Amino acid sequence: MIHQPPNPNPQPPRFAAPLRIANGQGFWGDWLEAPVRLVEQGPIDYLTLDYLAEVTMSILQKQRQADPSLGYARDFPPLIGRIAKTMLDRNVRVIANAGGVNPVACAEAVRKAAPGIKVAMVLGDDVFARIDEFLAKGYCMANLDTGEPVTKIRNRILSANAYSGAFPLAEALATGAHVVLAGRAADPALALAPMIHHFGWGATDWDKLAAGSVAGHIIECGTQTTGGNCQVDWQNIPDLSNIGYPIVEAEPDGTFVVTKHPGTGGRVHSDVVKEQLLYELGDPKNFIAPDCIADFTTIHLEDIGPDRVRVSGVCGRERPANLKLSISYANGWKAIGTMVYSWPQALEKAQAADRIVRARLASLGLGFEEIYTEFLGSSACHGPVAHTCPDPPEVQVRIGVRGYDRKAVDRFTRELIPLVLSGPPGATGYGEGHPPVREIVAYWPALVPREEIRPSIEVLG
Amino acid sequence: MKVPLAKIAHTRSGDKGDTCNIGVIAYDARHYPVLVRELTAGRVKAFFGDRVKGKVERFELPNLSALNFLLHEALGRRHGFAAHRRAGQNVRRSPFAAGDRHK
Repeated sequence: MIHQPPNPNPQPPRFAAPLRIANGQGFWGDWLEAPVRLVEQGPIDYLTLDYLAEVTMSILQKQRQADPSLGYARDFPPLIGRIAKTMLDRNVRVIANAGGVNPVACAEAVRKAAPGIKVAMVLGDDVFARIDEFLAKGYCMANLDTGEPVTKIRNRILSANAYSGAFPLAEALATGAHVVLAGRAADPALALAPMIHHFGWGATDWDKLAAGSVAGHIIECGTQTTGGNCQVDWQNIPDLSNIGYPIVEAEPDGTFVVTKHPGTGGRVHSDVVKEQLLYELGDPKNFIAPDCIADFTTIHLEDIGPDRVRVSGVCGRERPANLKLSISYANGWKAIGTMVYSWPQALEKAQAADRIVRARLASLGLGFEEIYTEFLGSSACHGPVAHTCPDPPEVQVRIGVRGYDRKAVDRFTRELIPLVLSGPPGATGYGEGHPPVREIVAYWPALVPREEIRPSIEVLG
Repeated sequence: MKVPLAKIAHTRSGDKGDTCNIGVIAYDARHYPVLVRELTAGRVKAFFGDRVKGKVERFELPNLSALNFLLHEALGRRHGFAAHRRAGQNVRRSPFAAGDRHK
């Protein structure tokens, strides 16, 4: 028998790797059943839920303006109510950016829906009330795409939030909360946070933080990495009706495996993961996250088994000095109306309808920033580069207008229906009546110094 | 010999503001040098014609056998028209010459 000397530095039992982190929501409006299935179908340690796209914050801001108890992803509290028992039984914790512009109200709603659940909130990302303070300090918050100063749209700002990183989320996990709730946490930070919490990664472990951010990027869009919206062999991807949502099995050294639960549909393969890696990518050597900069040209993918892709080799660099702001602003009004014309000469009829509408708008003297027409069924998607059908069975004309004069856009919505009796023959598909007028909410990406954003943690329950 | 791009590559597009990105991924790593040689930023810009008002930038990811293109001023700020969703499918229709070495 080998004699075992006593360990001079006994450590608390460390977490048994791998750490399983799943994502059950790629955007607000994604499949309601996905998070429920993820907690029930197999072992996971963390369930992340990404509810926020660029303009979602502004929609939430408007909801809060109308009702101070709103302004968060309303699907979230009933979801936690539905899965709370399984979460507690199976020791699954949830990390979500469902808080929107009102994390406190969201946390209270979660507590009401699931009284046994302890919720920790990460606050401090909402800088809507601090825009003038920032301007006074000399931060011009220039638009990252156009370079224009934010003063140009100051009076039309609807929301302003800093993309916060994973360290405040990890701190919130350390409170022992079952649910960690943030406002505008950056999407990849949701998956990186539990790795920091369990593996003890530090704020300058750039390669590991980059690896965790890449893991977060791979799963943040849900099934786009498990075979949904995939070009490769799409006809043969198994059972998309029962598609599995993505799971990362993370190791303390920064390597990880992308997979999904057994028995689910879809496909995890390096070809599929590559498509997701390239989604919304800019300069691949400079993928900028709040906690690091990741170099996507160092990512190594390996198919190691059915529905298993191993990711390794990720290199990172020092985090940026600034944090990105997501500012949304009101940018006028739009409406989109449609009419279907049937064979024969469907395209010619639709084109005539478009000419008539434009002539009537001109005669009314209405001014728009843009009038845009598409002919669906006659290469609206691809323009001149696709095949065209010489006499298609039907064509839908889709006319959109946008402008700053709401009355003009309102008037446009009344100009389509009269075509039924006063335009070309064979019109149909007008049963829904006048199209609605919608406010255009535009996105203004900008930067502020990191020191200005001071996250704080609050716990309920 | 000429082959359609879709024969040797798949794509993924995305959008940020008025900028559209298109990732072009070789199915077979052996075709990546063909992409690098033939699918230049200028050629992509010419393919889209007046649909892309700004410049086209190209980035190389040899580790993924992929190129990433950034198309500036490409979406016309048409809030609500999912132009980027079809841009990737669009570029796959581009016919281009595959070198003899890669027949």
